Amino acid sequence: MKIKNQQDFFSGLMFLVVGLLFAFGGSDYAMGSSIKPGPGYFPMILSVITALLGVAVIFTSLTVEVEGGGKIGAFAWRPLIIIVFAIAMFGFALPRFGLIITVPLLTIVVSFAGREFGWVGVLITSAVLTVFAWLVFVVGLNLTIPLWPAFLG
Amino acid sequence: MDLLHNLSLGFGIAFTAQNLLYAFFGCILGTLIGVLPGLGPIATIAMLLPSIYSLEATPALIMLAGIYYGAQYGGSTTAILINVPGESSSVVTAIDGYQMARQGRAGAALAAAGLGSFFAGCVGTIIIAAFAPPLTELAFKFGPAEYFALMTLGLVGAVVLASGSLLKAISMIFMGLLLAQINTDVISGVARYADLPYLQFTPTFGWATLNFPELTDGINFVVIAMGVFGFGEIIANLGQPEESREVFTKEVKGLWPTKKDFQQAWPAVMRGTALGSILGVLPGGGALLASFAAYTVEKKIAGSSGRFGKGDIRGVAGPESANNAGAQTSFIPMLTLGIPPNAVMALMVGAMTIKGIQPGPQVMTANPELFWGLIASMWVGNAMLVILNLPLIGIWIKLLTVPYRFLFPAITLFCCIGVYTLNNNNFDVYSTAFFAVVGYIFYKLKCEPAPLLLGFILGPMMEENLRRALLLSRGEWSTFVTRPLSAGLLAAAALLIVIVLLPSIKNKREEAFQED
Repeated sequence: MKIKNQQDFFSGLMFLVVGLLFAFGGSDYAMGSSIKPGPGYFPMILSVITALLGVAVIFTSLTVEVEGGGKIGAFAWRPLIIIVFAIAMFGFALPRFGLIITVPLLTIVVSFAGREFGWVGVLITSAVLTVFAWLVFVVGLNLTIPLWPAFLG
Repeated sequence: MDLLHNLSLGFGIAFTAQNLLYAFFGCILGTLIGVLPGLGPIATIAMLLPSIYSLEATPALIMLAGIYYGAQYGGSTTAILINVPGESSSVVTAIDGYQMARQGRAGAALAAAGLGSFFAGCVGTIIIAAFAPPLTELAFKFGPAEYFALMTLGLVGAVVLASGSLLKAISMIFMGLLLAQINTDVISGVARYADLPYLQFTPTFGWATLNFPELTDGINFVVIAMGVFGFGEIIANLGQPEESREVFTKEVKGLWPTKKDFQQAWPAVMRGTALGSILGVLPGGGALLASFAAYTVEKKIAGSSGRFGKGDIRGVAGPESANNAGAQTSFIPMLTLGIPPNAVMALMVGAMTIKGIQPGPQVMTANPELFWGLIASMWVGNAMLVILNLPLIGIWIKLLTVPYRFLFPAITLFCCIGVYTLNNNNFDVYSTAFFAVVGYIFYKLKCEPAPLLLGFILGPMMEENLRRALLLSRGEWSTFVTRPLSAGLLAAAALLIVIVLLPSIKNKREEAFQED
């Protein structure tokens, strides 16, 4: 057995796993019957179908030949990790340190994901964005975003 | 004439100073975010949602609508001038529009896009005004079975028109429906999937579950949209080697197309408008699918005489008209049935709910000034956009010269703030980080995320209507085929599937999506 389409094989695997996870996770909820469907009724139908579709996608990936083998290719680890880390950091920092610290922090961290990095450009960007975010979101739209760090009261 | 009476009521409301101002503001903002790649109407409207608490309902919705169709105009500018579609619905515009710009005909391309969009916008507005009342009448006859059947039809439509493998598109819909099951069951009040498993090391090694109370309200679809579309795209962009981008700024002089351009573009505009208007109404339709379909049709009609891919004006005029018509008519299912056909409309539904208006067929009779004012403002907004985009094109071009390394931190920031302000909690931001990874995986596996999002949006409504229909029919599944309206809708869905699976159509479909 040879994988003839890498992308489809792993897609199918993903559908199968997600379907099974939801089926097991939802097995505690009352199914009810078609006369009075319970909270577990619809999720169970969906999970089973998703898992079956996953099997079908895996099957085609093993049987149907495609040009180039549907290769997944290299992952862009650097931007992936930096961006995801930056988003999570933003979520952690904003309520604690406020806009004044979080925005420059986010801008600087995120800029490392780019192909080129120059401190001057990044610092100017972060200064501009901080002022802009303050003007638009705090002054203009009046959103309830903390401006200063919580420890400054 | 009822139609005239209604439209005059609407224009009376749209032409008040306050509403004109908000329409104008929405259009400018829409154009701006349309020009900026990576920042779409979803992120923008999400950021603005908290601020509309202080506004009245009508100006608020007029502004949000302006952002949506303004983005369609702005997106085409970048597509033509730098080969980077500002909006996903302008992807096909970039193919021929950019080639025209390289040949020094950027002005003609921009004019064809702008004027075509304006024409389509006008027709779209009239179609909404003409068809919304009868559809509303029909909607009052809809029971849960009909709603379920209609949403099924919409999901099937989304699959058929998605690019790539049919089987994967269907799977993505089901995965979207499943993700939507993470919530509190509306009928029994049971919290579903709020306990996530994790590996525990102390006191004993093994699986345990951790309860996330935040999940009992379900995942906000903005979180998924932003993670999968916004951040997934940024990561994918950064992962690719930088292309040399040429901005054709100096060449934009003669805006007016030649007579030959007019002759070629005019029929394409008509066809694009017609196609876009129809596809926009379908749940799951909207601007994106309309533009793809229009490009395919134009190419087909032109045959060997076309210069598609080498700067054919029809490849700009058709899709641009179609995406604008589709953007307009996608308001129809939202306004008449309360069913959001895409993510932006789901946000509009959210905005209406914030203002205490329950979306659905009763909006037209209960809030006529909102309903007709919004429709009339769309025409006003389209007229403003032509002015904003054609004579003032130079201002927007300036924005395009900003390098991506300055843009993507800004886009990241705006998306993060948009997500945070949804509920002022950081759990949503963490979830977005998770979905950014998911989005990148989808990108690598060539799984198109649009059907997933539609499934996610329609999921809770589908479940509720399915269970209600079964309750009413005492558990008889046959209720879906014995009720004529529901049977008709399901038959249409089945027919669509059969047509797509026919070998000859199947090959053509694959051909059509292979170009980009």
